Amino acid sequence: MLEVQHLSKTYGSGEAAVRVVDDLTFTVKEGEFVCIVGPSGCGKTTLLKMISGLMPATSGEASFDGELIAGVPETLALVFQEYTRSLLPWLTVSENIALPIKKKHKREDCERLTREALHAVGLDSFSDHYPWQLSGGMQQRVAIARALAYHPKVLLMDEPFASVDAQTRSDLEDLMLGLRAQFGITVVLVTHDIDESVYLADRVVVLGPSPTRVVEIVDINLPQPRDQITTKELHEFANLRGHVMRLIKQRVDSRNGAATLS
Amino acid sequence: MGGLTVRAMLLRMINGASLQVREPATSVAPVNAIRRVPTWALQWSAAAGTLAIVEVLSRSGVLTEHIPPPTAVIGALADAVSNLAVWSRIADTMMSWAGGLLIAITVGVPTGMLIGSSQRVYGSLRLVIEFLRPIPPIAVLPLAVLLYGSGIQMKIYLVAFSAFWIVLFQTLYGVRDVDPVARDTVRAYGLKRSDQFRRVVLPSAAFYIATGLRLAAAVGLIVTIATELIVGSSGIGYAINQERFAGNAAAMYALVVIAGLIGVAVGAGLRVLERRVLHWHSAHRKGENS
Ligand SMILES: Nc1ncnc2c1ncn2[C@@H]1O[C@H](COP(=O)(O)OP(=O)(O)O)[C@@H](O)[C@H]1O
Ligand SMILES: [Mg+2]
Repeated sequence: MLEVQHLSKTYGSGEAAVRVVDDLTFTVKEGEFVCIVGPSGCGKTTLLKMISGLMPATSGEASFDGELIAGVPETLALVFQEYTRSLLPWLTVSENIALPIKKKHKREDCERLTREALHAVGLDSFSDHYPWQLSGGMQQRVAIARALAYHPKVLLMDEPFASVDAQTRSDLEDLMLGLRAQFGITVVLVTHDIDESVYLADRVVVLGPSPTRVVEIVDINLPQPRDQITTKELHEFANLRGHVMRLIKQRVDSRNGAATLS
Repeated sequence: MGGLTVRAMLLRMINGASLQVREPATSVAPVNAIRRVPTWALQWSAAAGTLAIVEVLSRSGVLTEHIPPPTAVIGALADAVSNLAVWSRIADTMMSWAGGLLIAITVGVPTGMLIGSSQRVYGSLRLVIEFLRPIPPIAVLPLAVLLYGSGIQMKIYLVAFSAFWIVLFQTLYGVRDVDPVARDTVRAYGLKRSDQFRRVVLPSAAFYIATGLRLAAAVGLIVTIATELIVGSSGIGYAINQERFAGNAAAMYALVVIAGLIGVAVGAGLRVLERRVLHWHSAHRKGENS
């Protein structure tokens, strides 16, 4: 349903032009959980901004259900790494969640959707709090609830768990797996954490350093439902993780080698 | 207590804690004793002490006759407060001040938002604004008198002129300082531009605008009273001048004190208002989870 073809991005022009995304092609099928993993600064955020229509691509195209993405599509929801900045501090938790759906639904429906989304992330009793009264992990849950209430066809997440502590991170990872199993949503999650990508995904799109290209698309055939302890103890998990790590390390090393030579 | 210790303590009181004075261990106890006294008590004692010193100096004739003893000023203040004519002067000052501020806000805020929301408009107007802004409002006084005479209209014009730039710039900064992540979020969720403005740009800019209001109010009061002093239009400034001509130093200072109190009261009022409206802002939050 989401198709990315020969997408590229060059920031600036003339002398100052920097090609960040070189050539990306991959697809995401309905109901799939796809993780995009790559080294920091390789252009992952840039890629998500192009897919979500926030920023035009330099060349290539992204299409959604066969339709080219030009403006901001109505059926995508975004969750950013910076939850403190993505949630509006002047709105309460429920007002934040209701903001994107207010104009689309009747008032009762809007309230129901908000309540259901809050319930899904386990924050039923926090609807009248302000985001800044909550812990980081809870704030990111609010951002996820806002995305859920929007009922997107695809949920795009940009390093959503990179700013929370390890325990909260694994809680939120399991929350995402649970939500996916419960609602069958399609998720594209960007991360620089290889363990996380292998643990969560059905498929991992491995990106090389900037200017980035797809290095390999790895199928993750680990059994569902996944579990932080037993899944990560599997031989298969260790192999996949090692494989993805090697792919990225090789690319980064060869680039650094080239840099020292020149 | 040795001589060195007393000197060290005095130095500390004068220069604050930043001063590094080497002192024997015995001095720790008295310094700590002073630190235990609450700050407000120290502040009020310092104020009372200063007044007492001025009182003594004034009464003993060390100061010129132009600086009356504070007790005389307090007496004159009591007289002034019970005088209807003084209240009517205060009303004149407050009205031109409030009128000017109101105009500055109703023109400055929308103008700032308009200019600030477009990179191109902001870019092209920057030079003009940067040139007009540093003009001291009082320098425009002759023009204001030519245009509006010496009445309340002229004062309103000057206050509006001086407050306008402050409000305009704060609004501009506010509009241009919207968090890009917040902006991207509401854009990605497909909010219309008008909703993006109302839901994100306006609340983001509100804190800057509130600061602008407080600054503009302070500057506006200065401009009002200065204009009254110079041009002689009715108000506290004019009354101050009259008392000067009459040689009533105490009454003159009583009016100065009144002007100061008005400034403090309005500032405090705006602060309270801001804390209520912008309770969510990181500067005012209660019960934040960090
Ligand atoms: N608006 C921009 N203008 C110029 N360069 C940018 C811009 N945004 C990002 N970059 C550069 O593009 C590269 C990739 O950035 P980003 O997409 O944020 O990477 P990632 O999300 O993978 O860490 C970085 O080197 C960054 O400095
Ligand atoms: Mg990024």
